[in-house]
Amino acid sequence: MNLKPETLSKIDEVITHYPTKRSAMLPLLHLIQEDIGYLPEDTSEWIAAKLDLQPINVLEVITFYPMFRQKPIGRRHVKVCRTLSCALLGGYKTCAAFEKEFHTHLGEVSPDGEVTVDFVECLASCGTAPVVMIDDELHEKVDVAKAKQLSDQIRAEAKQR
Amino acid sequence: MIAPAKPDLVTVNIDGKEIAVPKGTNVIEAARLVNVDVPHYCYHPKLSIVGNCRMCLIEMGMPAVDPSTKAAIMDPATGKQKINWIPRPQIGCGTNVSPGLHVKTLSPMVKDAREGVMEFLLINHPLDCPICDQAGECKLQEQATGYGRGYSRFIEQKNVKPKRTQLGPRVTLDDERCILCSRCIRFSKEIVKDDVLGFVDRGSYSTLTCYPGKKLENNYSLNTVDICPVGALTSSDFRFKMRVWFLKQTNAIDTESSVGANTVVWSREGVIYRITPRRNDDVNDTWLADSARVLFKAVKASDRLTAIKINGTDGALDVAVNAAAELFKSNSAPGAIAVVGSGRSSVEEQFLTRKLADALKASTQLVSRVGQGDQLLISADRNPNVRGALVTGLITALPFGELTGLGAQIDAGKVKVIVAINEDLAAAGLTSAQLTKVSVVYLGSHFNASSAAAKVVLPTLSPFEKSGTFVNQQFRIQKFFKAVPGPVGATDDLMVLAKLVTAAAGLTLPAEINALWKVIAAEVPALGTMAFANLPETGLLLDATPFAALPFAEGETLHYKPAQPAVAAATA
Ligand code: SF4
Ligand code: FES
Ligand code: FES
Repeated sequence: MNLKPETLSKIDEVITHYPTKRSAMLPLLHLIQEDIGYLPEDTSEWIAAKLDLQPINVLEVITFYPMFRQKPIGRRHVKVCRTLSCALLGGYKTCAAFEKEFHTHLGEVSPDGEVTVDFVECLASCGTAPVVMIDDELHEKVDVAKAKQLSDQIRAEAKQR
Repeated sequence: MIAPAKPDLVTVNIDGKEIAVPKGTNVIEAARLVNVDVPHYCYHPKLSIVGNCRMCLIEMGMPAVDPSTKAAIMDPATGKQKINWIPRPQIGCGTNVSPGLHVKTLSPMVKDAREGVMEFLLINHPLDCPICDQAGECKLQEQATGYGRGYSRFIEQKNVKPKRTQLGPRVTLDDERCILCSRCIRFSKEIVKDDVLGFVDRGSYSTLTCYPGKKLENNYSLNTVDICPVGALTSSDFRFKMRVWFLKQTNAIDTESSVGANTVVWSREGVIYRITPRRNDDVNDTWLADSARVLFKAVKASDRLTAIKINGTDGALDVAVNAAAELFKSNSAPGAIAVVGSGRSSVEEQFLTRKLADALKASTQLVSRVGQGDQLLISADRNPNVRGALVTGLITALPFGELTGLGAQIDAGKVKVIVAINEDLAAAGLTSAQLTKVSVVYLGSHFNASSAAAKVVLPTLSPFEKSGTFVNQQFRIQKFFKAVPGPVGATDDLMVLAKLVTAAAGLTLPAEINALWKVIAAEVPALGTMAFANLPETGLLLDATPFAALPFAEGETLHYKPAQPAVAAATA
C-alpha cells in the first residue's frame, strides 16, 4: 500500500477517535480511497493489520457499500441519479448522453482516462430532477443538452491541465 | 404473578404449559423443555446469538400490573392475572426468560410470521432437494414442510450465485442454497478462532465467501457442514455417496486422543460412510475434529489382518491359541513373558489383558503415544484409554517413552515371549534384532512389523466392529458400539483374550460384554456399581483421586483443565 504521509498521519489520528479500534474502519476506507482513488486489493489486509481484525471483516464492509471502489476510476466521477423522480424525468437519457460523449460504458474508465460514469441512487434533490453529481459538485436539471455542455466543460478543464 | 420456584429458576408459560427454567435460558430452549418446537436456523446453542434469520418468531406477553400501584390486574373472565401481549412477534432466540413471561408459539400471528419468513427464504433458494446431499437432514426442508405455506407466489427469476466453491480441502459450498444464517462464520471465529469466512456483497446478492487467498482448512472445518442448516456446506468426502436416510447410526467414541469426543458412526450394509459428532455438553459440546472423521477409512484398509497364522501358516483359532499356550508353558520362568497392552484397547480388553498377565505372571506395559494437544478436542495423550488401564489395574504407572526397559530385558535373555495387543513393538522402540530374540504372540487388526515377526498372529477387530468402553482424560467412562461386522478371519478381541486366559490359567471368563461386566464389576472396585447396559450415553465420571498424583500428559482442552500443569511433552 502506497499512501501519502499525510494520509498515514490522518489514519493514525482518526483511530484515536474511537473507543474500539474496529470502529475506525469506515474512516480509514474513505481516507485510503481519497488518497489512491480506489481501494486496492491489499486494503483489507492492511486495515486488518492496523485495527487488529481479520481481512475478511474488512472485505465484508468494502463490498457492502457501493461508494467504495475496488477498481481505479477516471479522473472525474460522473454520478447520475436513477431513482424514481430522476428516472421519470430522463435520468437514463442523461446517462446515455455522458456515455456517448466519452465513448464509455457504465462503470468503466473512458478511453481518455477522463471520466467514469455511474448510476447512483437518490441524491436528495428530487425537485430539480434529473440530477448529476460530478465529483463533489451537484448539477441540477441535467437534460441531454446540459449533459453535453458539462462534458465539454470537463474536456476543456482537462486540456488546461 | 407466578412466584419463582427457586431463586435461580424462572417460571414461564409456554402455550399454556408452565415450566421453571434457569435464569438466562432463551425461549427456544425453554420451549424445548416442554416439547414445544420453536423452528430456528441461525440460533445454535453453542454459538453467540445474532437473531438474523427471524424463523424463531413467537408472540409474547407479560402479566399486567397497574403502573401506579404495581398491583396485578386481574382478568374477570378467567379470574387470572391479565396478560399484556406485545402486538408484534419477537425472536425466541434473542429473548431470555423473565418471571411470568407468557409465550404463544401456535397463534395466528406466529403462523403468519413463520410462513412469511419461509417464503422469503425460499425465494432465491434453488429447491434442488432431489440432487442435494442435505435432503433428509435439512432444516429448510423440514421447516418448509412444517411451517411453510406449501406453495410459492414467486414468478420472477431467482438469483444466480457461485456453485461448487471449494472453501477448503474438505468443505464444498453452494452459495445459492445458503440462507445467510452465519452459523459457519460464527463457528470459525468463536470456536476455532480461524476467522476466514464472511458475507460479501451484502444485499440481494449476499454471498458467503472465504477471504480470497485463504482457505477454510483448520482441523475443525467439517463442523461447519454439521451446523449448516441447509445444503450450502457439504462434506467433499461424503458428497453424493449415500442418502442419509439409508444409513444406520451407531454411537461411538473418537479414539484419536484421550478427549473421547462422542460420535455417531453412519453405516449401511456393513460399510461406514461418515462420522459426525454427538452432543455431549461435558466433553465435546457439538463438535468433532476433521481428523476424527476419517478414522473409519482404516476399517477397509488393504493391510487388515484376516488370517490366523501359526509360524507363518494359516490355521484355526483354537490351533493358534494352543500354539500360544505351548509358548506360555515352555517359558514358565517368572518374568519370561511380557505383555504389551494398549491404551487403544477398551476397558474390557484391558481387564482381560490384566487377567492374562496375572495368569502368566508376566510384566505389563503400555505404549505411550504423546503428541501436541490442540487445546480443543485433541489432547496431548493420543491413546484414548490409558486411564482405563489404570482403573482396571493393567498398569500402575503411566507409560513413558519407548519400550527400552523391555528391550534391555530381551537383550539380557530374560524375556522370551511377548504378547502384544494391537501395538507394533518395532514402532514402540524394539529393534528388529530384539524382535528376533523373542517369540511374539500378536493380537491386532492391521499388519505391521510385529505381526510380520510374530509366531502366532490373531487378527482382531477395529474399534468400529466391536462394543466397549473407554475412560477419557476426565476419568469419564464412555460406551461405544459395534457399527459394522468385522472382516472374515478376524475375531472379537474379547473372545481371543478370554481363550488365551483359559489356555494360560484354565480359568473361563465370559467373552460377551454384558456377562464380562459382571466379572469386572465384581473385581474392579471403581466400576463396582456399574453394568455395561446401564452406563449413560454421555458417560459416567469415575473417582479420579486415586490417580491424582500421576503426571498426565494432557494440557487444557475443551471442558478439561489438568489438575496440575501438564508435564512438557518430552516424549514424542
Ligand atoms: S453456508 Fe450454511 S451455515 Fe453458513 S451462512 Fe450459509 S446457511 Fe448458514
Ligand atoms: S430521485 Fe434523483 S435526486 Fe431524488
Ligand atoms: S433463530 Fe432466532 S432469529 Fe434466527
